[in-house]
Amino acid sequence: MTPLIKVEEVYFRYSRKPVLTGINLAIQRGEIVTLLGPNGCGKSTLIKLMVGVLSPLAGRILYDGTEISRVGSKNLAREIAYVPQIHKSAFPYSVMDIALMGRIPHKTFFFRYSKEDLEIAYDALRRLSILHLADRPYTEISGGERQLTIIARALTQGAGTFVMDEPATGLDYGNQLRLLEQIDKLSHEGYTFIKSTHSPEHALWIADRAIMIKDGNIMADGPCEDVVNDANLFQLYNARVNVIRVDGSLQFCVPQAISGGI
Amino acid sequence: MRVGKLFLPILFACLVCVSAVSLALGKYPVPLRDVLFFFLHKTFDVGHLDPDQAGLLNNLLIHIRLPRIIAALLIGASLSVSGASFQAMFINPLVSPSLLGVLAGASFGAAMAMVFFKSWLAVQMSTFIFGLFAVLIAVGIAKMYKGNTVLLLVLGGVISGSLFTSLLSIIKYVADPFNQLPAITLWLMGGLSRVDMGTLTFVATPQVGSIILTALFSGYLNALSMGDEEAKALGIPVEWVRMLLIFLATLMSALTVVMAGMIGWVGLIIPHIARMLVGPDNKILIPASALVGALYLLVMDDLSRLLLNVEIPIGITTSLVGIPFFAIILRRARRGWA
Repeated sequence: MTPLIKVEEVYFRYSRKPVLTGINLAIQRGEIVTLLGPNGCGKSTLIKLMVGVLSPLAGRILYDGTEISRVGSKNLAREIAYVPQIHKSAFPYSVMDIALMGRIPHKTFFFRYSKEDLEIAYDALRRLSILHLADRPYTEISGGERQLTIIARALTQGAGTFVMDEPATGLDYGNQLRLLEQIDKLSHEGYTFIKSTHSPEHALWIADRAIMIKDGNIMADGPCEDVVNDANLFQLYNARVNVIRVDGSLQFCVPQAISGGI
Repeated sequence: MRVGKLFLPILFACLVCVSAVSLALGKYPVPLRDVLFFFLHKTFDVGHLDPDQAGLLNNLLIHIRLPRIIAALLIGASLSVSGASFQAMFINPLVSPSLLGVLAGASFGAAMAMVFFKSWLAVQMSTFIFGLFAVLIAVGIAKMYKGNTVLLLVLGGVISGSLFTSLLSIIKYVADPFNQLPAITLWLMGGLSRVDMGTLTFVATPQVGSIILTALFSGYLNALSMGDEEAKALGIPVEWVRMLLIFLATLMSALTVVMAGMIGWVGLIIPHIARMLVGPDNKILIPASALVGALYLLVMDDLSRLLLNVEIPIGITTSLVGIPFFAIILRRARRGWA
């Protein structure tokens, strides 16, 4: 089966120091993949390469067997949605205005939003239970609500693959859990998720597969239960952690210093 | 939602009314009823008009006041639309059309031609060419480096703007202080008194065309103001859409200097006022800015003509009235400055 996204020998640097040094990976349709790695390891860069915002300096990235530069940015945007880290907007666009931007890849040159576009955007807000925010300014809602708004835009885009850059960062505990819940729900509807995170637990909870990136290369790649373990986390973050299994399935990470080596 | 749209017809109606009143106002006031009669007679050939009076009105209304009113509408709309477009594209509500140096370049072009050439046409050509040239330099500087394009363009604009401001100082320094220098200074204060039908026929089409094209592209402005990466991920060819919008904004604002010299503040404040009326969605904001800007400049020009016995340069009126107006409105507007 052709992988949905295939990264082949990808190399990238911004200035002199290489950020990614020959990355290889393949992502299948319907997977939830979590990218783990310390700050500056190249997670965000890899994400931007996969959504076509950056182009690899060497190697290639294929979407469904076609190199993404040949897919065309508009076609790619109908397939892959980019969910950036939460941000503020300089202008108080309404949540609906932002969700509607997701229709741009389906439009030509001088476009107007049709009634159908509005319906699609409303539907996306409804699915994420933020319909009540439709007219609220994006600048005045909470971080969690902003993140959901951007996810609503991704749904409006009609893309089947969501590539998310640290979606949980900056959210409070409750919002993080609600976000994971939404991702889990959408993944059951058949969406593919590639997301980066700083919490290995998030991988253990809702991802099928974890990819650990260190110094611009893949350190480990495989099912979460195999990859997210004490040894790998130590190697990745240089932090001593115990991964504890509760009830045989649910797993937690507990710092060794605190757990005292249970 | 989308209540903002309702403002557009209201604003348009206001604009038509104020234009009619502006035709009537002046050193020789014409009753509004006569203005109406005259135009009905002229366009539809209805009613009867005394030939002497018809000639007088024709001269006053068609040759003197109408060009000026059209110019005011075009300039107000152009400056406001280019300001709104720049604010969205540079993701900064404090940006004005002068950001990339177009006004500095155009001022230099005008001053230089006033000193070295005698013909008014040469002055207008030079104004336009140097306005475009200044932006070209800003864009060229931005293209020389790799990095955040928005930031580099702003830096390029600062450099280009300063360059032409210094060059303008040189021109002022070498200009004849009795005739040329006052002419340059007056021109830099802005004024609609030199507008004639000839200039209008030449600038109106590109200006109206640029405004309409910017309005048609305004759906992209929302996405551009979320940053380049997001806009790209939405499938927008960011680089060329931005260059096109910069070109349109530059064309519009350079032509305002060609018509009436430097008119400050309009491009900065009108988009804010429009945003307070209709909200930040550029699809509605761009046409709203055009209407509010046209209305504002028309009223300011009326004030410039009527307030004192001598005409006040309109650049002075727009800023003097605009600044307190802006301060008051900002106090009331809690949104939009996050």
